[in-house]
Amino acid sequence: MPKTLFERIWEAHVVRGEPGEPALVFVDLHLVHEVTSPQAFEGLRLGGRAVRRPDLTVATMDHSVPTLPGPIEDPLARAQLEALRANCEEFGIPLFATGSGREGIVHVIGPELGLTQPGMTVVCGDSHTSTHGAFGALAIGIGTSEVEHVLATQTLPQRRPKTLRLHFEGALPLGLTAKDLILGAIGQLGVDGGVGHAIEYTGEAIEALSMEGRMTVCNMSIEAGARAGMIAPDDTTFAYLEGRPGAPQGAAWEQALDRWRSLPSDPGAAYDRTVEIEVSSLKPQVTWGTNPGMVAPVDGAVPDPAAYDDPEERAAVERALEYMALEPGTRIADIHVDRVFIGSCTNSRLEDLRAVAQVVRGKQVHPSVRAMVVPGSAVIKAQAEAEGLDRIFTEAGFEWRRAGCSMCLGMNPDILAPGERCASTSNRNFEGRQGSGGRTHLVSPVTAAATALAGHFVDIRELVPA
Amino acid sequence: MKALRQVTGVTAVLDRPDVDTDQIIPKQFLKRIERTGYGEFLFFDWAQDPEFELRRPEYAGAKILIAGRNFGCGSSREHAAWALQDHGFDVVIAPSFGDIFRQNSLNIGLVPVQTDEARDLQRFGGQELTVDLETMEITTPDGRSIPFSLGEHERHCILEGLDEIALTLRHGDEIAAYEARTVAPIDTLALPA
Repeated sequence: MPKTLFERIWEAHVVRGEPGEPALVFVDLHLVHEVTSPQAFEGLRLGGRAVRRPDLTVATMDHSVPTLPGPIEDPLARAQLEALRANCEEFGIPLFATGSGREGIVHVIGPELGLTQPGMTVVCGDSHTSTHGAFGALAIGIGTSEVEHVLATQTLPQRRPKTLRLHFEGALPLGLTAKDLILGAIGQLGVDGGVGHAIEYTGEAIEALSMEGRMTVCNMSIEAGARAGMIAPDDTTFAYLEGRPGAPQGAAWEQALDRWRSLPSDPGAAYDRTVEIEVSSLKPQVTWGTNPGMVAPVDGAVPDPAAYDDPEERAAVERALEYMALEPGTRIADIHVDRVFIGSCTNSRLEDLRAVAQVVRGKQVHPSVRAMVVPGSAVIKAQAEAEGLDRIFTEAGFEWRRAGCSMCLGMNPDILAPGERCASTSNRNFEGRQGSGGRTHLVSPVTAAATALAGHFVDIRELVPA
Repeated sequence: MKALRQVTGVTAVLDRPDVDTDQIIPKQFLKRIERTGYGEFLFFDWAQDPEFELRRPEYAGAKILIAGRNFGCGSSREHAAWALQDHGFDVVIAPSFGDIFRQNSLNIGLVPVQTDEARDLQRFGGQELTVDLETMEITTPDGRSIPFSLGEHERHCILEGLDEIALTLRHGDEIAAYEARTVAPIDTLALPA
């Protein structure tokens, strides 16, 4: 019986499966951060329970950390970060704290350390855990009660998700990125199109992506509502992992390769659903509304609510346009922005920063725009500085910050003021996400870079040499 | 976890699709390290608007929320479920839910009732509904009974207020056997500092 990648990983990790009950799934890697863990550790203390497998657990500080140097001024953020430090010490969990040189966004450092590997189950109290699926892992975002459950038992009770194969036909046109690919897909699938499913992304356009690009795609699986998103491991995956601190070495590396090569879905394996998306005619994508499915090509326009037949959808679009202060029919390229944010677990890796540097080298950020680049980890920051990328950014007028979630979610000093409009490489354009009253447009790093220079959205294809 | 068998209470209606957990509990309240006290911040930004639906006087003291499709999408923050429960809600009825929110709710005894009848039930906003987890029925003021489904395990846990971790630890030998027959692919304790 041909099997899918998902089925292989699932079956290899079921500790206990009784009919009618959720399966008990073993967790190979548990990533922990400051926001969704304090109540879980408190639960362990109240129950007199220990962390079962500290050796499969790692913590970092990302959501609440300021990206400017200096003391943490917010007393709540300080207390939360201090709680993580104390909890990790009490329960014996390795912590990459701010200033350790290894800290960063949880979904950036897992792969960077070589801890995320093909065939593994990965969980984290964060919905963007789906990112790790880029390595051919089953990676699931969980809530705090589940964080406590995994800490105490190293297992997670899970109803088996259905499988959805999202197949991309054709190759990505020049200048288009993984971000455009996934935003376009969410636009077609809808923000609840993946609910209850583990997505496997397939096709030539996926195979051609770097690991960074694959992480961008899998990262946004949750924005289609999916439980997980994954991509079959291949030589690109193995080349990324080789030599990383957490990856197998020597003979163990060769054994791991044999194991990993047997993971991809068999030809003819059955999925509960298959959706095909044509990408050779894809255009750069820009969101205009208040969820990631409200998206249009950069040469398109803001839609007219009157064009929607479904009254619920029409009302949602009307509400979104009111919040975003956009008139129906406005050309996307005519929308001006106040801020540009390049960062987040979606787009803050070295490849993203290099692509941005190529666009902005020797140019100047538009005088009406405040723009910042926030690397995903301390390691990426150091690498970028070694390559001189930081100089390119600062000379062009970008702020260059320390690693963290930064303005993706407004839990730290990096926030939009009410009414400010931002081109952002992050993953969510929800109301108030980047600051109460702030207006977010999701784009790729290169579109964000070109937008910072022009002050309004720009079709990046016009900048690509023919 | 809070045990629930039957809930009878006033019903509030929030007729919007794709309500994300950022709206249910905005980010500025996620820095607290406690598990309680989120109720007053429920829908904080939307509640600044005097016209916000849930501020209607007829919804005061509501225990049941009728929501739109894909309720609780987005962030995994369990704070969203805590805020709803802390505010007084025991049940959320919707055509569909975000997966993580749904699981978070089940884990704390906030009952997510998924039914295609959710939209029709909106006409009972401000009136009392009864949601019975033993009979698995919603009873309307005009005497109709609407069946709904919930996994048997999930239903049992809420009826009894069971601690899921204690349930799993009963199978500690099976977890140990799994650990004994597999090789851990990583060791985070061995990472270079």
